[in-house]
Amino acid sequence: MPLDQTFAGRTWPPTETYLVGREKIREFARAIGATEAEYHDPEAARALGYPDVVAPPTFPVTITMAASRQVINDPTLGLDYTRVVHGDQKFAYTRPMVAGDAVVCVNTVDEITTRGGHWFITVRTEVRTEDGEPVVTAWSKLVQRGEESA
Amino acid sequence: MGDVLEPQTFRITRADLVRYAGASGDFNPIHWSERTATGVGLPGVIAHGMFTMALVGRAATAWAGAGDAVKEFSVRFSRPVPVPDTDEGTEVIVTAAVKEVTENGDTRLALTATCNGDKVLSLAQALVGKR
Repeated sequence: MPLDQTFAGRTWPPTETYLVGREKIREFARAIGATEAEYHDPEAARALGYPDVVAPPTFPVTITMAASRQVINDPTLGLDYTRVVHGDQKFAYTRPMVAGDAVVCVNTVDEITTRGGHWFITVRTEVRTEDGEPVVTAWSKLVQRGEESA
Repeated sequence: MGDVLEPQTFRITRADLVRYAGASGDFNPIHWSERTATGVGLPGVIAHGMFTMALVGRAATAWAGAGDAVKEFSVRFSRPVPVPDTDEGTEVIVTAAVKEVTENGDTRLALTATCNGDKVLSLAQALVGKR
């Protein structure tokens, strides 16, 4: 099914606030086997100048993936999620995410393209604190595979 | 320049995928249900792409010696990582090599990840700062 290309360039209203939890960061760090003290121990993080434990680099996807459903679950976009694979992922950090951050996400569709029966959509998610301080920007390119391909 | 991190081997089992699903909130059944995965044409249950990216991120932070050093991080998922339902699971081997040092002293790392000899990521790189 073709995607609605008028979604390209659109920006959505900020999502509801997500409060980054210390135990969620620790749980994520354990799940990826990351043992750096600043991910687990608030004292180690404070020694580096952070108010609480620091999140590993890919942790923000736990927030941005949920936030981007605001875009990709919109039935008028026409995305068939059963045929979607993750194409590219990028993060640009202003600073690491830290436990205690209260963040909102602003989604923008950067690009929608098609090639060889496949559709490509890039969602940019800007994560900032409730006070407007930028934390990280994530870009996710999703690929909707064509009917004929496995 | 050209500094390399000794290749890092990460073992991935089905239990790791279940743990990652819970920690990340990504419950897509292709990462835990053989029936669903084969039904959409995959060879079997595959690892979350973001789990592989997280392992590559561990190599980048290990290279930097700092968990908070990554300023930019990008990958392209070029092949799936099948994870058989065995005690051994599978292995992903990650390498990191210095690609450039920027004007302000940050280091751009070229990263690779292979599984069964196949590259599972392409265009993977991280910009890391020194603490």
